[in-house]
Amino acid sequence: MDGKEYKPKLTNLSNIEIKQVYTPEHVKDIDYAKEIGVPGEFPFTRGIYPTMYRGRLWTMRQFAGFGTPEDTNRRFKYLLEHGETGLSTAFDMPTLMGYDSDSPRALGEVGVCGVAIDTIDDMDALFEGIPLDKVTVSMTINAPAAILFAMYIGIAEKRGISLDKIGGTIQNDMLKEYIAQKEWIFPPAPSLRLITDTIEYSARNLPKWHPVSISGYHIREAGSTAVQELAFTLYDGLTYVEEAVQRGLNIDEFAPRLSFFFNAHNDFFEEIAKYRAARRIWAKEIKKRYSPKDPKSMALRFHTQTAGCSLTAPQPHNNIARVALQAMAAVLGGTQSLHTDSMDETYAIPTEEAVRIALRTQQIIAHESGVANTVDPLGGSYYVEALTKNMEEGAYAYFKKLDEMGGIVSAIEKGFPQKEIKDAAYAYQKEIDGKERIIVGLNEFVTEEKRSIKVFKIDEDTAKRQIQRVKDVKKKRDEKRLQKAMGDLKKAAASNDNLMPFLIEVVKAYGTLGEICDSLKSVFGVYEEPIV
Amino acid sequence: MKVLLAKIGLDGHDRGVKAVRDALINAGIDIVYIGLHKTPEEIVEAAIKEKVDVIGISSMTGAHIVIFTRVFELLKEKGIKPPVFAGGIVPDEDIVILKEMGVKAIFQPGTELDEIVESVKALAKR
Repeated sequence: MDGKEYKPKLTNLSNIEIKQVYTPEHVKDIDYAKEIGVPGEFPFTRGIYPTMYRGRLWTMRQFAGFGTPEDTNRRFKYLLEHGETGLSTAFDMPTLMGYDSDSPRALGEVGVCGVAIDTIDDMDALFEGIPLDKVTVSMTINAPAAILFAMYIGIAEKRGISLDKIGGTIQNDMLKEYIAQKEWIFPPAPSLRLITDTIEYSARNLPKWHPVSISGYHIREAGSTAVQELAFTLYDGLTYVEEAVQRGLNIDEFAPRLSFFFNAHNDFFEEIAKYRAARRIWAKEIKKRYSPKDPKSMALRFHTQTAGCSLTAPQPHNNIARVALQAMAAVLGGTQSLHTDSMDETYAIPTEEAVRIALRTQQIIAHESGVANTVDPLGGSYYVEALTKNMEEGAYAYFKKLDEMGGIVSAIEKGFPQKEIKDAAYAYQKEIDGKERIIVGLNEFVTEEKRSIKVFKIDEDTAKRQIQRVKDVKKKRDEKRLQKAMGDLKKAAASNDNLMPFLIEVVKAYGTLGEICDSLKSVFGVYEEPIV
Repeated sequence: MKVLLAKIGLDGHDRGVKAVRDALINAGIDIVYIGLHKTPEEIVEAAIKEKVDVIGISSMTGAHIVIFTRVFELLKEKGIKPPVFAGGIVPDEDIVILKEMGVKAIFQPGTELDEIVESVKALAKR
């Protein structure tokens, strides 16, 4: 052996150099009791529960939504029949941006990338026949999250389900929208106020609800490194906590209901280290800043989705293998719930067959691979512990920069996180173009092939049917009740009152999503992006 | 040469269009990037105002057929004919439709940046 290696320098996706071998030397500064510890105890590096998957498997939660509420309701029931254990809703672009299906801005986009929701009747149809007190529902909705939350509360009340029985999540994380996902309506200050309103309202009325899912997923999809994903997400989370504490909430009243959402990208050990570091940093920071009494306030819960941006259009079946590896990283990293991407997602919304394979992938990991049999099986690995430390240090270096900029809102206004992500995305693309990173089937092992998978198509009548529904609702509603409710909402928006009760009244009076957003825009203004 | 770049649709997936923008800038091409959530009207208006030679439109939402139809209607109305290229999530069968409509080049996910730069340069020369 001449000791030569095929590449002079190997790095992970955060450009951390990976050593030839890891030994006790690389972990000698890590104090086991203080930094790693026991699962279920501070600093939760090894997991937030003592038993982890031996107690209960992660929730298998596939993100789904398209067409009208009835179309998506059928897909939900299909997934539940095939063993899914929680629901996750994708809304279409007009809904995400606060436009009704009949708005000119919605042209061509109604029901295309998710389900269209305009009124409380749509929400009712979406969850028809689904027991809201038994199945937890996650909703990927941000700028108008408080409004959809109000609709969900409205249908629960209508069905006579007590609010303290309802479990679920609204994503409701606007900071990552300004940073990466870019579906916004209002400027940062009123957005933070709305988020704090939902945190306060659910802490007092829906104790099982998760009012914010602090998301790194989209930051990563926009092209960030793993370290950037970790840093910006946790910093966003700490910002929401501080806002809620400033509002007068006690940390233990709401922190146990905050949850996170991370990406699972290609570099297996880097991802595992990222999740472990996330738990450690969160626990340390919450303890240091707020001295909570409830340990759950320090425990970082998270959902994971495999990296959509890592999927390749050529040779789509290869994506099944990619997703399996990414999903296994999420499980070894201790995720609480998981979405596995379908192989055909670079083309369109997945077909039923593709979604079923994705769900089966989770079931194979859970029941066949044995990785769920013990808690944090990689804990104590020289490599994983050293990497976890690297990730933590990388995140803290960003924390320092963000502190110096006066916090995340001011950094966003300066375009800092946006530029960091954009530059990382460009560098990554250049590495792929230059074959410094091999993506199988894309820049190496390329084969000439005809596409061999079926692609899902949205029914062309969707927009027409959905626009008709909005029109019908507008005809049947009590205009006087609506005008009164809308007027009260606007007054409340201009005051410091919690907006949730006002929103619930407006949606019950059949105010549409677009009408409510327009009212709030007249008080809050709209966001203009600093282009970097 | 001057190229207008815009992102249509209500989604915010601007990773691709920004990478293309930076690659074109690095190749010495003058770029006007007007940002996210643009309507066909806003795109054509900007193309006229900025007197661009080429228009590049990024689409991720599946609304491309409806939106590109509108873009070409407006270009015809205004009597200008800059070459238009597209990038993003466009299924193979829609590529045929977009090309018939008049889109000169369509870059799907996985296209190398250098290839895009060369194609855009060639479009401007036509």
